[in-house]
Amino acid sequence: MKIAVEVDRLTKRFGSFTAVDGISFAVNSGTIFGFLGANGAGKSTTIRLLCGLLRPSSGKARVAGFDINKEAYRVKQVIGYMSQKFSLYPDLTVVENLEFFGRVYGLNNRQLDSSLSRLRKATGLEGMDRVLTSELPAGWRQRLALSCALLHDPEVIFLDEPTGGVDPLARRQFWDLIYEQAEQGRTVFVTTHYLDEAEYCHELRIIHAGRIIAAGSPGEIKKKYFPENLLELTCSRPLEIYEWLRSQPEVRQVSLFGLRLHLLVESGEEASLRRKLVQHLPGDFDLRPIVPSLEDVFIRRLEEEATEKGK
Amino acid sequence: MNPARLKPVIRKEFIQIRRDPISLTLLLFLPAFILIMFGYALNFDVKHLSLAVVDFDRSQASRELVSKIISGEYFDLNYRLESISEIDPLFDSERIKLAVVIPRNFARDLARGQSPQVQVLVDGTNSTTALTGLSYLSNILLQYSTRMNLELLDRSRLGKVVWPVESRVRVWYNPELKSSRFLVPGLMAFVLMIIIVLATALSIVREKERGTMNQLLLSPLEPAEMIVGKIIPYLLLSLAGAHLLLLAGWGLFGIAVRGSYPLLVLVMVLFLFCGLSQGILVSTVAESQQVAFLLAGLTTLLPTFILSGFVFPIRNMPLPVQAITYIIPARYFLVCLRAIILKGAGIKAYYREIIFLVIYGLAMTGLSLARLKKSLVR
Repeated sequence: MKIAVEVDRLTKRFGSFTAVDGISFAVNSGTIFGFLGANGAGKSTTIRLLCGLLRPSSGKARVAGFDINKEAYRVKQVIGYMSQKFSLYPDLTVVENLEFFGRVYGLNNRQLDSSLSRLRKATGLEGMDRVLTSELPAGWRQRLALSCALLHDPEVIFLDEPTGGVDPLARRQFWDLIYEQAEQGRTVFVTTHYLDEAEYCHELRIIHAGRIIAAGSPGEIKKKYFPENLLELTCSRPLEIYEWLRSQPEVRQVSLFGLRLHLLVESGEEASLRRKLVQHLPGDFDLRPIVPSLEDVFIRRLEEEATEKGK
Repeated sequence: MNPARLKPVIRKEFIQIRRDPISLTLLLFLPAFILIMFGYALNFDVKHLSLAVVDFDRSQASRELVSKIISGEYFDLNYRLESISEIDPLFDSERIKLAVVIPRNFARDLARGQSPQVQVLVDGTNSTTALTGLSYLSNILLQYSTRMNLELLDRSRLGKVVWPVESRVRVWYNPELKSSRFLVPGLMAFVLMIIIVLATALSIVREKERGTMNQLLLSPLEPAEMIVGKIIPYLLLSLAGAHLLLLAGWGLFGIAVRGSYPLLVLVMVLFLFCGLSQGILVSTVAESQQVAFLLAGLTTLLPTFILSGFVFPIRNMPLPVQAITYIIPARYFLVCLRAIILKGAGIKAYYREIIFLVIYGLAMTGLSLARLKKSLVR
């Protein structure tokens, strides 16, 4: 399989602050590659490095085969970029924005026309040519921004938190568009802090404080970081037994999810915990194994990082 | 620089300016409007000074003197007073600028050759007005005295007496000595500079604020293409604004262009180019429109007003300040403008100024381009 983005010990420091701390990964062509992390984790900085907006302090990266240090100009021509901040001209109409970005990328009339008709159909922007961009609803603006990033038929698309401030339906529709792009063979590099969006990605990296703390497909990540059993306990007064559960040797970790408790239990010790619960809990309860969510992984990895730092 | 990428940038700027009534007004009409406001308000001509006269003599001679004083357009005789004590309140309430007191027996003393003393009082608060008014008045009194002497000599039949020296004065370039002829070209430089720097700086910083600058940087567009694409529309529009300014100067102040029009356009383009590049430099420093506004104002308003020779003559400034004026483009533009518009002078009179404007513009553009590149990719 062809590799679209290859990153090798990439580091970016701003003064004494290290925003990106020696990360390495590879992205296969035609996949949706997600970068999950909190605000300030280094997601945007990584994208900006890969797009050539920032120069790395050290390390190497190739995007679509071009070295970002030496061939930044070539990189720009084969990537599309759409940022968290809506960055089209609000005082231009839909078609004026599209034409402007198309021309800036050097498309001729014929190429521009064919790109426009292809994208209008794909994004549903048909018939909105003369609408001022500032008057578009947020979801439509997102699609227009994506269209502008796709005009020149880029090999790799970088989407920096593309669905911020968009309602759930528009978000789902937007992700359908992203899938279509991947099916057409484009590589999609997307950053997000939405855990549900991260589930949509083929391949995922969780980034924290500039370092990658989890890698793999969403399914792999869950298995890898949860070798133990994750159990969900439903009972009448979860808060009251929270402390008690924490003191039990079978339980590695307890966290509260709404009115339920998620318990991390070493494999094979589920039965003994169940016996103790029967004795300890007055009312009915329900204890069953569940598949961990990315949120579980995220929280667990952050806690592990925190304890490692504490040592 | 690739024209295929430059063209869409220019087109985009034009569309944006057209849709933004504020920048359109700023560029096209504000210059002429400010000229009208300032042109009438900034007036150094001293005319129609309010005058009070206390005539204790009430003779033919004293009336003759008063009529001599008020015959020109310099003094308006607004008050004829009976006593000296009435003068004070009039000065206090600024109803008069000058007062003339003619003593009793003025005519008698005059006839006897005893030099009667005419008292002149002047409000010195505004030294310029006081000085000018005083010199007009002294002149009139002097002429009056001289004429009296000559008549006396004439009548004594000692011989024919003539004025020893007679002057024939011709004022060039501004025959009526109107201060507006001097000020209007300066105003043009002042207004154009502020507006062009402001408009360019704001338009670029707006792109930064909106995030569109990032989008442009990620495209194959080069910084030079971006800058030239911005410069061309703003240059054309402000040039149109400058023409409206010239038109207003001609229509309202009667200031027609005497010299070569192509040369005038050349110096205007060069000056606007200096302003544009300064605006771009400001935009590379400022991150928000407020800061850009402030910086653009600070770097144009005061230097152009004070240090360009617009109002205050440069040669009267202390040397260190004079040194600073050399880096004010308006200083050079002003020399060219006054030479072309008022004097109709040829290029020989100001080619040095033109060369400086070219150097200044290129240096500013180079500096802002370097700063832009540096501030964009870190």
